[in-house]
Amino acid sequence: MQTNFSPEQLADPHVAESEKILRKCVHCGFCTATCPTYVLLGDELDSPRGRIYLIKDMLENGRSADKETVTHIDRCLSCLSCVSTCPSGVDYMHLVDHARIHIEKTFRRSFGERLARSVIAATLPSPKRFRLALRAAGLARPLSGLLKRVPWLKTFGVMLDLAPATLPSASHAARPAVHAAKGIRRGRVALLTGCAQPVLRPEINEATIRLLTRHGIEVVVAEGEGCCGALVHHMGREEQALDSARRNVDAWLKTAEEDGLDAIVITASGCGTTIKDYGHMLRLDPAYAEKAAKVSSLAKDVTEYLAILELPEQEARGLTVAYHSACSMQHGQKIVSAPKQLLRRAGFAVREPAEGHLCCGSAGTYNILQPEISAKLKVRKVKNLEATKASVIATGNIGCITQIATGTGVPIVHTVELLDWAYGGEKPAEL
Amino acid sequence: MPETIGFLKPRQAVLDRRGEIIADLADLLPDGCLISDERGLKPFETDAFLAYRRMPLAVVLPESTEQVAAVLRYCSRYGIPVVPRGAGTSLSGGAIPQEDAIVVGLSKMSRILDIDLFNRTATVQAGVTNLNISEAVSADGFFYAPDPSSQLACTIGGNIGMNSGGAHCLKYGVTTNNLLGVRMVLFDGTVIELGGKAIDAPGYDLLGLVCGSEGQLGIVTEAIVRLIAKPEGARPVLFGFASSEAAGSCVADIIGAGIIPVAIEFMDRPAIEICEAFAHAGYPLDVEALLIVEVEGSEVEMEAMLRSIIEIARRHDVMTIRESQSAMEAALIWKGRKSAFGATGRIADYICMDGTVPLSQLSHVLSRTGEIVAGYGLRVANVFHAGDGNMHPLILYDINDPEDAARAEAAGNDILKLCVEAGGCLTGEHGVGIEKRELMRHQYSQADLDQQMAVRAAFDPQWLLNPSKVFPLEGRPAA
Repeated sequence: MQTNFSPEQLADPHVAESEKILRKCVHCGFCTATCPTYVLLGDELDSPRGRIYLIKDMLENGRSADKETVTHIDRCLSCLSCVSTCPSGVDYMHLVDHARIHIEKTFRRSFGERLARSVIAATLPSPKRFRLALRAAGLARPLSGLLKRVPWLKTFGVMLDLAPATLPSASHAARPAVHAAKGIRRGRVALLTGCAQPVLRPEINEATIRLLTRHGIEVVVAEGEGCCGALVHHMGREEQALDSARRNVDAWLKTAEEDGLDAIVITASGCGTTIKDYGHMLRLDPAYAEKAAKVSSLAKDVTEYLAILELPEQEARGLTVAYHSACSMQHGQKIVSAPKQLLRRAGFAVREPAEGHLCCGSAGTYNILQPEISAKLKVRKVKNLEATKASVIATGNIGCITQIATGTGVPIVHTVELLDWAYGGEKPAEL
Repeated sequence: MPETIGFLKPRQAVLDRRGEIIADLADLLPDGCLISDERGLKPFETDAFLAYRRMPLAVVLPESTEQVAAVLRYCSRYGIPVVPRGAGTSLSGGAIPQEDAIVVGLSKMSRILDIDLFNRTATVQAGVTNLNISEAVSADGFFYAPDPSSQLACTIGGNIGMNSGGAHCLKYGVTTNNLLGVRMVLFDGTVIELGGKAIDAPGYDLLGLVCGSEGQLGIVTEAIVRLIAKPEGARPVLFGFASSEAAGSCVADIIGAGIIPVAIEFMDRPAIEICEAFAHAGYPLDVEALLIVEVEGSEVEMEAMLRSIIEIARRHDVMTIRESQSAMEAALIWKGRKSAFGATGRIADYICMDGTVPLSQLSHVLSRTGEIVAGYGLRVANVFHAGDGNMHPLILYDINDPEDAARAEAAGNDILKLCVEAGGCLTGEHGVGIEKRELMRHQYSQADLDQQMAVRAAFDPQWLLNPSKVFPLEGRPAA
């Protein structure tokens, strides 16, 4: 696509990168077809091609973001379905990242939005504060209807609706520790505990630790690691995201120095996509560029890592599993077949829903910030999942789990919970 | 880039009433169906022929035939031009607007209304994508045959406007051969229905007239299309050759022998490299030209046809023959082919030609095309529907370099003139749009054009529908 940037504009490395991305786009329009918001709304402004054009126009003119542009960029789920579809190799992910940072810097949102976004950015990434907030939400739940009627408090009403009724107690798996391999040590990995997942579903990492140690892998929960930064990164709060990234890089490289590290295992694919991008996010920071690239190269989704271990084939269990591929898994990390193969090898009958490429509407904080579109996508996803008539849904991302669970009676678990069960662990409580 | 393709001068009277028009349109449409601010209009200024751009006056995204009718009734009353738009995937600028035009986008009308397997028809809204139709009936063993490479995104309304083709049209025909009926809004808001579920309708074949009329006779809002039963089996086979000429004459000999496979697709070396890098389909990288020949039917039928084709290919010193071994491999072979244009974007900007030539001329036109493009100091990649003689040279250039862009356009014009001189035509499936409008004089005499324009004027006496397209700007009747 033709671009029009001055040499002065291109001196900014972020603009230069976006220009390169834009040059690859040939405006063929393929991306519109697989974009969830375009499929729902039928407006090109809510499609990748429309957004690319809006971003191009904003950046070329060196303009502050305006309401129209922000509305359509905000509606982007960052599901990256367009990236899977694009034949031209347009790196939409980094383009929209740049646009979000630009919006955060140049656009003044309404008071209600600013308040909601600040609360989210301060709460979700911290397990302690998140747990506290969820407890409070439990008490405040009766107020949700009232809050949703006040425009600037609407988001808080949505948050109350989304908060789970009960909370599991804090998990041992979230504390810094070295979980020794059973038998001969075959490998050593760090496990990301992350932020929201250990509060909402501690069973996931507990199952991961059991499964890995049982197969001779030492699992380290590093001192000092925490939220990967994805949530704030997708809100354009780049400094906060980069701080999270640097903190994790330090924590994991220290672990690597102590006794080597074969991989950093991640059980939430949303986090995996971001950690694999640390190398890019910190490329302009001379003190961290190389270290971050090292961390990104070590990052692996738990199913990616398990695939290397060649777990033995198990007998059929007569249980049908609908596999929901999280967007961050299939589009963000391009991990498509490994989870299904692992499940099949472990004895489960795997079914795939129609429209598997479409997002469930969770998308990080999207279900809080764009509740209407998110709800429509959830209904569509659940309908397709239930049509498989499977007795359980498996997926690899905590966001999808919480989103889909609120829309169906079919139990939903993390892929690794089923695998742990198949290889000698506990049966997931949901089943 | 200095624009060599002009647009009609915007009507000042329309521009002067902009505010009123937008207010009136807002009254005619539900919320969320009108775009009128500068930011929001910008992404609609072009389609996939993106070297040319014009901002529209407004964009409307109606949700029903009635809303389309209301907009057209209004526009005809006030003499406002209208540009219909499907998914905006046109390679000839068919959906590029102009400053005084209302873009009528059909993207919100994307429902499949009826699937009638007994009569083998599907009734769909115009904004349904081509591939959606096949997906909706796939489990029942059917498909919709025309398959433009952009079938993932392009809409049936756009397909009807351009009488689109695709790889599998060699056997099954283009859109017009698979279209049974339409519901269409005329320029003044009148809604008419043409055709139906039967194979033919009494009276004039107005459906045949509408298909390929590039949105100038009316706006199609619904279509009844034919469904075809899927064959027992289908298998793409790759044939690699030492030269484009050898591959070209092999195609002519296959068709000349009376063999009609489902598809014969051609790629030259640059196209093979581009597509293989994207799709990893296993295309041979050591050949100068590749044919993808798809045969279908029972195992015995496929074997028999393949044997005859292989025999002909041997006479042209075929270097490699590889049959796809699995459904996944077949899917990758087609994915690579169908993504060829977009994948070219990885290495350069391009303009895509669409000339069609008699098969006996294929080899000659291919080698002349190479010489023409080289003469302008540019590169070319060829990937096209060889069985139909429908060529798609992709002229590679740098859109940020005005001189390069002008050279690419000039080379394209020379190639299209060559196609006409070789006994072929300007466009096989992409339509005339703005791109080939001025070249229409090479194809047709003034009397030919006058007759076409008389038909157009019978449907749209004010020339309001997609006015800058198809017919050369000079020599039009005074509106």
